[in-house]
Amino acid sequence: MGVGINVEHLNAWYGTTHTLQDINLNIPANHATALIGPSGCGKSTFVRCLNRMHETNPIARATGMVKMGDVDIYKDAQPVQIRRRIGMVFQRPNPFPTMSIYDNVASGLKLNGFRNRAILDETVERSLKSAALWEEVKDDLKKKSGASLSGGQQQRMCIARALAVDPEVLLMDEPASALDPVSTSKIEDLIFQLKSQYTIVIVTHNMQQAARVAENTGFFLNGKMVEFDSTHKIFTNPKDKRTEDYITGRFG
Amino acid sequence: MSTNPFHTPPATSSDPGRRAPTNFQTRRMQINTARRWFVNHLVTVLAILSTALVIAPLVAILVYLLYMGASSLNIAFFTHIPAPVGENGGGMANAILGSGIVLLLASLMGIPVGISAGVYLAEFGRGKTLATAVRFTADVLNGVPSIVMGIAIYSLIVMQQKHFSAFAGGVALAVMMVPTITRTTEEMLATVPHSIREAALGLGVPKWRTVLSVSLKTASPGIITGCMLAFARVAGETAPLLFTAFGNQFWSFRLDQPIAALPLQIYVYAMSPYDEWHRLAWAGSLVLIVMIMVAVTLVRIYASRGILKGAS
Repeated sequence: MGVGINVEHLNAWYGTTHTLQDINLNIPANHATALIGPSGCGKSTFVRCLNRMHETNPIARATGMVKMGDVDIYKDAQPVQIRRRIGMVFQRPNPFPTMSIYDNVASGLKLNGFRNRAILDETVERSLKSAALWEEVKDDLKKKSGASLSGGQQQRMCIARALAVDPEVLLMDEPASALDPVSTSKIEDLIFQLKSQYTIVIVTHNMQQAARVAENTGFFLNGKMVEFDSTHKIFTNPKDKRTEDYITGRFG
Repeated sequence: MSTNPFHTPPATSSDPGRRAPTNFQTRRMQINTARRWFVNHLVTVLAILSTALVIAPLVAILVYLLYMGASSLNIAFFTHIPAPVGENGGGMANAILGSGIVLLLASLMGIPVGISAGVYLAEFGRGKTLATAVRFTADVLNGVPSIVMGIAIYSLIVMQQKHFSAFAGGVALAVMMVPTITRTTEEMLATVPHSIREAALGLGVPKWRTVLSVSLKTASPGIITGCMLAFARVAGETAPLLFTAFGNQFWSFRLDQPIAALPLQIYVYAMSPYDEWHRLAWAGSLVLIVMIMVAVTLVRIYASRGILKGAS
């Protein structure tokens, strides 16, 4: 089951650039939360702060409090432990090119030293089924390289890979922006199904997508969160003028 | 008139609003086309000629070696140690074995150090002063003449131990292998997309494990090529061995004693005044080249299989 995330006074820097300025946000458990905003507004940095991927960049730094359930992820835990509980799907599909489909999906377990064959088999099958890819690849799980799949299939494989470590939260950084409309709609269906079991945070440039999959939406602009509310309210009756301008396409 | 708003009527000569189609048959155009045809074929021929120029020496060396050396090759060459001066026959069995031992030693020392240094440069040392120093040192080391390397190891190891040894020869060759391997490893790791590393880190895989199982594995074909290049380069080195392994006319399996090596043996025999020794030197050169080619090919085949296996 998913857990909620509570963000208070989160600030982030790249070198001297203040990318995120005092973000406060409550992400409810087992819901999909969309983050929208123009390019460079800090959405991606924000999700990368949630699983401490931000700090893998040597010039990056973050302060503030991010609580996942009861755990303060910047105080009470190691980055590695946090990333096992908060899965991430990236903008472009990034399969491991040297690994088969099976090994790609099992990689989170295998690379963390997990070796039990039966459980690996079972996990790979369950994860691929959750990611709606099982039927398409079940016959060449170990024969085909993960990189030989189509873009949309690769992205669903990456989702399966993230699900295989059994996370509580799934961060998706523009998961469909490199995909065609058919693959995009498959990914969206998937998000719809997954949110009963996981807390999902999805960054997107596509406002229709946010409206379709997310209960709540946050609007980011220039490193600040301008508005956070139910998706319905953001798109029909935004409080802030800037949100309204953005969703109606008057700037950006 | 068509009702389709996207329909454009075909151009007709009676339509004054349209430019006439470009005439490709003017005199100027014809000259231009002929010139392009000529330049195209000239450059193609030049490219083929350059390729031939590059391959020709290699082929010439191989053919000449076969011509000069093959006749002196016999079973004794591979099973006997050198015969005393004036006696016919004898072989280079001890030198072949000695080269094998020294190269194995060099690889065992040079490859791990070289790859580790490359991993440090690419994965951990980005932007650090130490990394810049290591990179600079590797480049300088790469340019050190091999005879200087031999003298350096001579004073560092041979002078200290007070005797020549296979070990000292191995060290000299290892030091020559390190810079090539380090820089190739670094460059190959730099070609691994950052997104793959992020994928592993995002799954909660520790950094060291990501480097070993993701970065290195993805870059391994290039790194193996680099190791093979370094190996092939030092396999034929004579100068670093002159003051270290020193050479030996007899069987020796000990690492703390002087040991024979093919390039040394070839050098000594080629310099000698005896025709018989000259013939053996030719045969030795042929064997050396073939051994390097076989070793490189075997590793490549084995490595490509290993990578395929890893993908299954």
